[in-house]
Amino acid sequence: MSSVTGVSIADELPGPDRRHTLGGDGAGTGRLGDRLFGGAAKGAGIFVIGLVSLVGAFLLWQALPAIADDKVNFLTSREWSVDNASNLRFGILELLWTTIAVSTIGMLIAVPVGVAVALFITQYAPTWLSRPAANLVDLLAAVPSIVYGIWGLKTFVPVFDPVQSFLKDTLGWFPLFSDAGISGGSTILMVGIVLAIMVLPIVTALSREVFAQTPVTHTEGALALGATKWEMIRVAVLPFGKAGVISAAMLALGRALGETIAVTIILSTLAAGSDWTWSVFNGGETFASRIANNAGEFDSPAKTGAFIAAGLVLFVLTFVVNAIARIVIERRKAFIE
Amino acid sequence: MWGAFLLALVPLLWILWTVVSKGGHLLLDSQWWTNSQKGITARREGGGAIHAIQGTLIQGLTTAVISVPIGVMTAIYLVEYGRGRLAKAVSFMVDILTGVPSIVAGLFIYALWVTTFGFQRVGFAVCLALVLLMVPVVVRSTEEMLKLVPNELREAAYALGVPKWKTIVKVVLPTAFSGIITGVLLGLARVMGETAPLLILGPYSKSIATDLFSGLMPTLPTMINQDRTESLQPAVDRVWAAALTLILLILLLNLAGRVIARLGSVKK
Repeated sequence: MSSVTGVSIADELPGPDRRHTLGGDGAGTGRLGDRLFGGAAKGAGIFVIGLVSLVGAFLLWQALPAIADDKVNFLTSREWSVDNASNLRFGILELLWTTIAVSTIGMLIAVPVGVAVALFITQYAPTWLSRPAANLVDLLAAVPSIVYGIWGLKTFVPVFDPVQSFLKDTLGWFPLFSDAGISGGSTILMVGIVLAIMVLPIVTALSREVFAQTPVTHTEGALALGATKWEMIRVAVLPFGKAGVISAAMLALGRALGETIAVTIILSTLAAGSDWTWSVFNGGETFASRIANNAGEFDSPAKTGAFIAAGLVLFVLTFVVNAIARIVIERRKAFIE
Repeated sequence: MWGAFLLALVPLLWILWTVVSKGGHLLLDSQWWTNSQKGITARREGGGAIHAIQGTLIQGLTTAVISVPIGVMTAIYLVEYGRGRLAKAVSFMVDILTGVPSIVAGLFIYALWVTTFGFQRVGFAVCLALVLLMVPVVVRSTEEMLKLVPNELREAAYALGVPKWKTIVKVVLPTAFSGIITGVLLGLARVMGETAPLLILGPYSKSIATDLFSGLMPTLPTMINQDRTESLQPAVDRVWAAALTLILLILLLNLAGRVIARLGSVKK
């Protein structure tokens, strides 16, 4: 479903009749109507390019003065105090760690489960079930993120807090699982799990699309050589869909990195100056949730600039992740054609 | 594999069950659909969500009115006209736009609307941020639908001497029409559930507001956000009821989109 993932594997492949759409220039007549309409279409395209460039340029323009005024290193500091415009001290290290930690946990869960669900839908499910099953998983994408947020905080976290306490008690000797003293269970780990649920439909939708395209000759060939169903999936379906799964994971990662309101609601914020830990049982703030938590207080340009700088880093981060996803997809297209 | 599928269904059913069981009873009360929250404190029961429902619908429709022409024209450019580097660049930018986090879209509009132009935070600014999120969805789905239109139809029109723009408007677009509507509805479903840009650009208010250009405009997501930290029961109930209303609205759009897609898909 391109509406879930925003990307189509079918892009730039020939149409259903195995031919490319009729060439642009040959068919125009050069009359006024054609020139106007073609111009409007081209204009819309250029408008989109302008829009994205404007987003980047604007964020940069507003963020740079604040970064220049920053009294500590923007990239390596953990401080964040922006109330005093003459003594701005803000750095993104902690935000970066929390953002990456929650997204990584989300991916570690969402990718295997999403791929398994996609395999179920395309390979295992009875024909009558596969379409409704796909629609059901897509419904997860229809739940607004704020609903994930309040459900996560009020229903999901209380249920799983005992499990979390157990993990803390048994694995606490390992830095990643040490007790960071967060009560109520609103930790990085819990947010990661909720994010996994939120991005699951993205992983599933795209993986499903590529698995369904596995050439029948490959699958039947494997089966004819005596492979079991699982062996057939391992030697035929998974290698064929590998690039698709990687790009699905990247797109989902992009979504997880930028998720705002669910993270803001669930994750406990830390008091300024609290000790650094590597623990996934800690609280914290991601780029997006730091911005959202302070959205009510954007009053002076210097202060707003600090948050815009955080937004800029997030923009760059998602830009890179998405660009990698596209490159993988492009390569795969070249490979298929 | 069955296990993974059932595991994926657990959260879906769990969320739906939580929201329906905690907020469902308020929706059965007719004042939920006719009253606003004006003058109602967290302690008091009663009041409705009509102010927030209206706000969400008004902002959604305005966003669609701006995004659809841009999105559809961009898709037409990509499928019918675009060749070479410019088309590649447009396609890449649409991909990037798809990945822009909603909070960044909100920040950008804040930087433009409030910091640079010095305007107030109003409903229209929210719409502009939502346009950024809706355009790529419309472009991608329209593009896919236009590609499904058989070339024979275009060739037949050209053979009759119909100019290219008329071919697109009178032949290609009508053929792909239902698919385009589906894409628009799915895009609308995505932006209506967005909260992050509203946190920055659209503060909540308790009374009905229909003016996009002045004053605060309440929406369902901000209504949920407003009371989510409340512990008094009437307010908690209203949070879940607003969540259920929002889910129903979005499910309805999704279902409508899928039904239209099923009924009117391009015949091969």
